[in-house]
Amino acid sequence: MSTILKVEGLTKHFPGNKNGLFGKRDVVQAVDGVSFEIAAGEAVGLVGESGCGKSTTGRLITRLLEPTAGKIEFEGQDITHLSNAQMRPIRSDLQMIFQDPYASLNPRHTVGTIVGTPFKIAGKEPAGGTKKRVQELLEIVGLNPEHYNRYPHEFSGGQRQRIGIARALALRPKLIVADEPVSALDVSIQAQVINLMKDLQKEFGLAFVFIAHDLAVVRHFAQRVAVMYLGNLVEIADRDTLYTNPKHPYTKALLSAVPEADPDAVGARERIRLTGDVPNPINPPSGCRFRTRCWKAQEVCATTPPQLLQVGKSNVACHFPEN
Amino acid sequence: MSNFLEVKDLSVRFNTEDGVVQAVDKLSFSLEKGKTLGIVGESGSGKSVTSLAIMGLHKGSRAEVTGQILVEGQDVNAMSEAQVRKLRGKSMAMIFQDALAALHPYYTVGNQIAEAYQVHNKVSKNEAKKRAIEMLDRVGIPEPQKRVNDYPHQFSGGMRQRAMIAMALSCNPSLLIADEPTTALDVTVQAQILELLRDLQKEFGTAIILITHDLGVVAETADDILLMYAGKAIEYGTVRDVLQKPQHPYGWGLLTSIPRLTGDPDKKLLAIPGAPPSLISVPSGCAFNPRCTYVSQVGAACSSSIPDLLPVSAGAHHLVRCHLDVKTREDIFKNQVAPNL
Repeated sequence: MSTILKVEGLTKHFPGNKNGLFGKRDVVQAVDGVSFEIAAGEAVGLVGESGCGKSTTGRLITRLLEPTAGKIEFEGQDITHLSNAQMRPIRSDLQMIFQDPYASLNPRHTVGTIVGTPFKIAGKEPAGGTKKRVQELLEIVGLNPEHYNRYPHEFSGGQRQRIGIARALALRPKLIVADEPVSALDVSIQAQVINLMKDLQKEFGLAFVFIAHDLAVVRHFAQRVAVMYLGNLVEIADRDTLYTNPKHPYTKALLSAVPEADPDAVGARERIRLTGDVPNPINPPSGCRFRTRCWKAQEVCATTPPQLLQVGKSNVACHFPEN
Repeated sequence: MSNFLEVKDLSVRFNTEDGVVQAVDKLSFSLEKGKTLGIVGESGSGKSVTSLAIMGLHKGSRAEVTGQILVEGQDVNAMSEAQVRKLRGKSMAMIFQDALAALHPYYTVGNQIAEAYQVHNKVSKNEAKKRAIEMLDRVGIPEPQKRVNDYPHQFSGGMRQRAMIAMALSCNPSLLIADEPTTALDVTVQAQILELLRDLQKEFGTAIILITHDLGVVAETADDILLMYAGKAIEYGTVRDVLQKPQHPYGWGLLTSIPRLTGDPDKKLLAIPGAPPSLISVPSGCAFNPRCTYVSQVGAACSSSIPDLLPVSAGAHHLVRCHLDVKTREDIFKNQVAPNL
C-alpha cells in the first residue's frame, strides 16, 4: 500500500506567559517529535487524554497550525511550510471534520451553501451542477436532500455532524482528519455517526486520522492506533495488538480505566490506578514524560527519553515495555 | 424507616413561549442510605431536572413541580425556600459536571468549603478552615494546608472536582446528588473520582444519586438504575437486571449501540435510528415508538396509549414501561439482543 501521509519529528511549541518584564516567555510543548505514517485508505486512531497534543497534531497535519519543527509529507510532497495559496489545491485531498457540530457550521448559511462552498473555493464545478452534487452528498450522509435550503439550527446535533461530514466529503478527499467527531453526541446517535463514517471509509477508500479520547470508539473505527501522552507518541500498533497486548504502561493503564457496561466485568479486570494528573506541558518531566505517574519508573527513565522502537508487533517508546 | 429518599409522582413542567415542556412526568423512585441510584438517559430525558427538583432548586423559577419528594419523611416540594435551605448542604448536597463553573473564581477553594461548613455549624473561622483542610486531605488533594489558599483556576480539572466533592461532603450530608460528575474528566482521572465516591460512601454511608449518560460509569458505581426517556422512567431495577437482562427496546438499543472494548470490533454497531424527541411535541403513546424496531409486534397500542411502568414478573423489583408482552420480550431479548451484547 502506498503511503499517503508521512509525519517526521513533528513539533509544535506555543508561546506561553511571559515571566516578568524582561523574563523569558514560557513555551508550551504541545507536540514534541511525533512521527508516523498512514497508508492510503487506512484509518488510524489517535488517542490520549486532554492536553496530550492529539488535536494539535490533527491541526498541524491539515496545516491549520504552523509546525515549529519536523516534516509533513502528503502523497510524497513536502507540505510542512507551504503558503495558504500553495495549500489550496492540496486541501481538496485533505479535509477535516470538527468536534463541535454547533460551532463548525456557519449559522447564517444554508446547508446547501455550507456543503457547496468547497466547490467554490476549489474552483471546481461538479458535473451536473453544484446543487445536484450537494443533494447527492446529503443523501450519502443520510440526510434528506430536500433540506438543502435549511439552516443549521433546524438540525439536531447528530444531523449537524452529518452536514460536517458531507462538507468534508464534497471534494472527494483522500485523507480526512476527524477531531473527536462523535464525542459531543448522545450515545444512541454516536453509533449512527460511527457506522456512517465507517461505511464511507470503505466505499470511498478514504484514509482517516481519527482523533478521540474514547478508546472503545477508536477500537470500532481504526485499523491502527497511536497513543499520545503529553506531546509524545508513546505507542503505535495495529488495533488488535494494541487492545489485547498493550506494551506501554500508559496504554495499559488507559485501557484498564475505561468503565465497562457490564456489572460482571467490574471486579474481573485488572485495575491500574494512575495517581495524580497529567504534568504541565510548559515544564514536562525530564526523560520519559510519563515517569512521574508510572509504577515501573527507574533512574534511566528520568535521564534518557525513550525512543519509539519496535517491540513484538508494536512500536513503543518505553525503557521497560510490558510483555 | 429504610428509605432515606422517596420520590412519588414527581412531575416538572415548564411553560415556555413555544408551549408546555413536560420535562419530568410522574417519576417515582426510592433510595436507601449507603446505596447508589444511577439515573441514566440522553440529553433532554429529564435526569438533571429531576435532580434539581430534589434539591428544591426549581423554587422561584417558572417550573411547576408537583408530586412528593420525601427526604427523611419531609416533603421538600411542600417546604418554603428557607426550610429547604436548611436541608441543603446538611441533609443533601449536589456536585455538578462543570467544576470550574460551579466554584466561585474570586474566592479561594478553602474559603468556599469553609463557608459551606459555617452555614450549618456554629464554628469559628479557624475551625472552619481546619475542616476545609481536613476535607481536602480526605478527597486526596496533595499538600492540603497549602492548596487550601489556592483559587479554583490554580487547580486541575480533576482536583476541582475533588474540591467540589469536599465542599459537598463537608457537613456529612445523607444524600449526595452527582450530576455527570466525571463527564468532563479524562478516563484515568474519572477512575480516581469514581473510586473516591465509592470510598466516601462506604465511610459515611451516604446515599448517592448518580446522573450520567455513561452506562459504563453506572455499571461500576450504582446499585439500582433508573432509565429515563423523554421525561419518563422506562425501566427501573438493579444494575444486574437492567444491564444484563434489559427489558425495554430503548435499553436494548443503548446496550447494543455502545462501542465496547470486548467482542468483535468489525461488527457493525446496532444504532438506534432517529433522534430523541423534542419535549414540546412528544410522540403520542409510547414516546419511543417512532424509533422502536418492535412496534409491529404490538400494533396500534404503541402510538395510541402510554404503557404503564409494570413489574417484569409478579412481585419483581424490575419495572418496565413497554407494550410488548412478557413472552415476546423474552424471545426478542434471547434471540436478537443477547447475541449482540
